[in-house]
Amino acid sequence: MTAIAGELAAVSGAALRSRGQYALFWSRLRRKRLAMISLAFIGLFYGVALFAPVIAPYSYTEQNLDRGLEGPSADYLLGTDRLGRDLMSRAMYSARTTLIVTVAVLVSGGLVIGNTLGLLSGYRGGWVDGAIMRAGEVFSSLPGLPMLILINATFSPRVREFTGWLDDHTFLSGLTTSGFASYLTVFGALSLFFWVGTARLIRVQVLQLREREFVLAAQALGGGTAHIIRRHLLPNVAFLIILQLSGTLGVVAGTEIALTWFGVGIQPPTPSFGGMLFEGSGARTFAAHPHLLLVPGLITSGLLFAFALLGDAVNDVIRGR
Amino acid sequence: MGAYVVRRLLFLPVTLVIVSFVTFAIARFGPGDPLSVAAGQLRDPEVLERARAEKGLDGSVFEQYGKWVRRAFNGDFGESYSIQRGRTVRELIMPRMWVSAQLNLIAIVLVFGIGIPLGLLAAWFQGRWLDPLITTTLLGLSAVPVLVVIPPVLWLFAIKLSLLPVGGWDGVLEIYWIADVIAIPIPDPHLYIPIAAMTIPGFAGVARLVRVTALQVQLEDYVRTARAKGLPERQVAFRHVLPNSMLPVVTAIGLSLAGVLEGAFFTETLLGIPGIGSLTFAAVVSRDYDVILAVTLILAAFFIVMNLVTDLTYARVDPRVRVGAAARV
Repeated sequence: MTAIAGELAAVSGAALRSRGQYALFWSRLRRKRLAMISLAFIGLFYGVALFAPVIAPYSYTEQNLDRGLEGPSADYLLGTDRLGRDLMSRAMYSARTTLIVTVAVLVSGGLVIGNTLGLLSGYRGGWVDGAIMRAGEVFSSLPGLPMLILINATFSPRVREFTGWLDDHTFLSGLTTSGFASYLTVFGALSLFFWVGTARLIRVQVLQLREREFVLAAQALGGGTAHIIRRHLLPNVAFLIILQLSGTLGVVAGTEIALTWFGVGIQPPTPSFGGMLFEGSGARTFAAHPHLLLVPGLITSGLLFAFALLGDAVNDVIRGR
Repeated sequence: MGAYVVRRLLFLPVTLVIVSFVTFAIARFGPGDPLSVAAGQLRDPEVLERARAEKGLDGSVFEQYGKWVRRAFNGDFGESYSIQRGRTVRELIMPRMWVSAQLNLIAIVLVFGIGIPLGLLAAWFQGRWLDPLITTTLLGLSAVPVLVVIPPVLWLFAIKLSLLPVGGWDGVLEIYWIADVIAIPIPDPHLYIPIAAMTIPGFAGVARLVRVTALQVQLEDYVRTARAKGLPERQVAFRHVLPNSMLPVVTAIGLSLAGVLEGAFFTETLLGIPGIGSLTFAAVVSRDYDVILAVTLILAAFFIVMNLVTDLTYARVDPRVRVGAAARV
């Protein structure tokens, strides 16, 4: 296992001793005050998102038409929207949307697809490498936002048809009303684009790793591709994965909000910060009812800023700056 | 260099065909073809069939694609079916493309024009007490979404202070007359808010990149050598540090362009600027698939060519790239 420590030293630019790589990483990150504040904010955000159904004072669809467009009050701590829905509850459920989309995209696009393709591409080389990298080139040379808009605009009715069919013909039910269709379209489309960065980063590292003695030894002992990738390569790129994930979290969250704002992301009535921001935008709306924009605006700005600060700090720690 | 350029140029049409076909197939995957959308409920199957053949919408997706490409090459991207019925997509796109191009060009020039000096300045402040403040501010400027910032800014400057117009577009330059005799061209006031919104996140990102690279270059052996042989600090900075700090900036051009363009989608929509972004928004709202398809394809083609230009520029300034590429392929 000393080979792993040595490799990590190469990655992080600092010697990592027996104390354990993750413990060391954590102790270095903990010294960064801004990163810790960001982490606390992100933790709070995800905590609220997770427990939204328990802690939200109202349901996100509950309307009180007599009390629409009110400012903050004792009944509605952050005010109400046009239909008299509680903004605080809607913000909590929007956080839930952000939670679902970020986790789903990172797990599928960032972790599974990106890493598998990166590891395969770097380790196997040859035509596998060529095909994966060319595909990555095509994806990364595309204008992301217009493509995502096109994909979401055309696929979401089809996906909704599909979930409707599942509702009617199988034991599953309530898929369409739960907003599952829009989650599926948004995270599918985002995953399509977010694997490229991870795959490239991992590939470069694996290209160096596969020439190392411990990989050659494993090959000589008859280890298959899957075994070598899982046992020898994956542990050595773990930190790169953390680095990449911390960098893309904010981008994924921001893209979902942008897509929903544009009308092709999460479809109402499922709440999303993108939809809330859209309802509050417009200079005249802002002049009359500033809380419509400020509530989702401050939360999303805080979240994206926290993600950026955390990603920056993780980058500094891993690259040994 | 020659072989590298040829190889990249040969790959260009392949990428274009793949991308355009995939985009076309995705757009056709939408519910109903454009004609049945336009026909609505009152449709006569026979008429619809004839119209399909006329518009090249019959046959397999490959045949349709072939016909579509042939027309697209002649500048015919079909008709708008819902935004402005009866007008061709080309008529809709062309004037808006020009507006967006001007806006994006100004923004991209400013992104690098402000970002590079700002990054060098930030690098110069490294290690002083201002350093964390500068880097954090830059990070914040590049992280906070324009969707959140534009409405309050617009409210402040256009409604509260009545200094700037609420939105719209009135060309790039405005003539400012002094005593009806001397004409001074100044940037049109409609530009200030959109340009700021499209530029600030970009130049903050470029400045961060330049800062990090400049700090890395500072530690290189050739910089130490330059200092050791007694070159004045000014010459070290301008001859040795600066040119080498610019290398990653070249690769950032493509990315910044994407960022500026994506910002323009929201900026144009929020401020009512008649560009490609606000057109796409209208097309999405009314499900005008041919317009979305044409916009996506034009932008994709533009991006692929720009990426190629960026890569070739990079290979020109950094010989290691083309040697590495040759060794790899």
